[in-house]
Amino acid sequence: MTHTADDANLLPRRVGAAVGLFALAALVVLAILGLAVAPPDDVQGDAQRLMYLHVPTAWLAYLAFGVTALGSALYLWPRTRSNVWDRLAGASAELGVVFTALTLVLGSLWGRPVWGIWWAWDARLVSTAVLFFLYLGYLALRRIPGAGREQRCAIAALVAFVDVPIVHFSVEWWRTLHQEGTVFNEELSAQIEGVMAFTLVWAVVAFTAVYVFFLDRRYRLLSLEEEDERQALEQAIADRIAEGRGRADAVGAGVGS
Amino acid sequence: MSFARESLLVAAKDLRIEARSRVTLYQVLPFGVVVLLLFAFALDPDRGQLSRVAPGLFWVAVLLAALLAVSRAFAIEIDNGARDGLRLSGLDPAAIFVGKAAAVAAELVVLELVLGVGVFLLYDVELRSAGLLVVAALAATVGVAATGTLYGVLVAGLRARETLAPVLVLPVVTPVMLGATRAWEAGLDGAPSEGWPWVALLGLFALLYGALGTLVFGPLLEET
Repeated sequence: MTHTADDANLLPRRVGAAVGLFALAALVVLAILGLAVAPPDDVQGDAQRLMYLHVPTAWLAYLAFGVTALGSALYLWPRTRSNVWDRLAGASAELGVVFTALTLVLGSLWGRPVWGIWWAWDARLVSTAVLFFLYLGYLALRRIPGAGREQRCAIAALVAFVDVPIVHFSVEWWRTLHQEGTVFNEELSAQIEGVMAFTLVWAVVAFTAVYVFFLDRRYRLLSLEEEDERQALEQAIADRIAEGRGRADAVGAGVGS
Repeated sequence: MSFARESLLVAAKDLRIEARSRVTLYQVLPFGVVVLLLFAFALDPDRGQLSRVAPGLFWVAVLLAALLAVSRAFAIEIDNGARDGLRLSGLDPAAIFVGKAAAVAAELVVLELVLGVGVFLLYDVELRSAGLLVVAALAATVGVAATGTLYGVLVAGLRARETLAPVLVLPVVTPVMLGATRAWEAGLDGAPSEGWPWVALLGLFALLYGALGTLVFGPLLEET
C-alpha cells in the first residue's frame, strides 16, 4: 500500500490534457474522413463506413487486455510490485470491457445490413463475447474489497488471459468443424486502399489516443479513491484515539471532584 | 511426507466430510438430476430433440452442479477456523490444491455417473464408443475441478462469493464445455474418431489449469 505523490498520475497532467485534446480533434477529423471524404464501398455501400469504428475498437480491446495482463504480471513480480501496476491493470480492463462491448454492438449493427442478421455463430463473434464475460468477471472481482485485493485481482487477470488463446482456438475449431465457410467470406473482405485505407489507419490512431486519455483519467480516479480511503481510515483512527482520551479525561475529572 | 501423500490426506479429509454430512449426496446430486428433468420439460421429448442435444444438456447440468460442489468444498473450511488449521498445518499449498481438486473431481465423477445413467434412461441416446465418453469425461472433470478449485480459493472469504464464483468460472471453462460436448457427440451419435482431438484439448486444459492452480494456490490461501 505504498503511496507517493509522483505515482498519483499516470501521465503528467499537461500531457494527459494534450492527449485528450488531440483525441477530440482526431475524432472530429475521423468523422469528416469517414462520413464525407472516404467513398462508399462498392459492395456494401455506406454500411461499410462502420468499419472505421468497428476495427479500431476491436484493436483497442486487445491492446487494453494486453496492458491489463502486463500490469498484473508486473504487480506480481516481487521486484516491480507497486500499486501503479494494479491501477494500470484495473483502468485498462475497464476500457477493454467497454471497447469489447462496442466492438460487439458495432459489429452487430454492421452485420444487420450486410449479412441480414444481428448475430452469427461465427468463431470470432463467439470468442469476442466470451472475452467480454471473462473480463466482466474480473471487474466484478476488483470491486470487492478485502486484504490482498491487488494480488488476488492480478492473479485472476493472468488466469483469464491464459484462457483467451484456448477459447479462441476451441471456438475456431468448433465452428470450422461444423460450418461450411463463414459469413466473413473472401468476397466481402475485398482489398482496401487509398482514402479508405488512410481513414482506417487514422481511426486506429484516433481511438488509441482516446484509450490513452481515458486510461490516464481512470488511473487518476483509482489513485484518488485509494487516497480517499487512506485518509478516511486515518481520520477514523484519530477520532477513536481522541474519543479514548476524552473518556479518560472524563474519568479523571470524576475522580478529582 | 511426500507430495502425493499430502494431497491424498486433504482429498480424504474432504471426501470424509462429504461422506458424513451427505450434502453432496442429498443436495448437489438431486440438483443435477432436476436440471436434467428441466431440460426435458423445456424441449419436447417426443420430437427427438432431447437425444440430439443430450451431450450438451448433460455437460451444462454437470457444470452447474460443479459450481455447487466447488462452493461446498470451500464452505467446509469456514467453520471452526478450518482454513487457519489448513494454513498452519505445514502441508504444501500445492498439495492442498491437488487434494481439494481431486476431492471435487471424485464427487463430479459420481455425479456424472448418475447423470449419465439419467441421460441414457430419460433422453433415449445410442452409444457408439464408451471409451471415448469415459476418457473425455475424465479429462473434462479434471479441468473443471482444477479451474473450480482455483477460483474457489480466489473468492473464498469474500463478500458476494456465491454470485461471484459462477461469473468468473463459467466463461473460463467455455473450452471444456465445447470440447466435452463435441467429444460426447462423437462418442454417442457421430464418428468416434472425430472426438479424440477434442479429448486432447480437454487434456491440455486440465494440465494447464492444474499447473496454474498449484502455482497460485499458496499465495491465495495465505491472504484469505
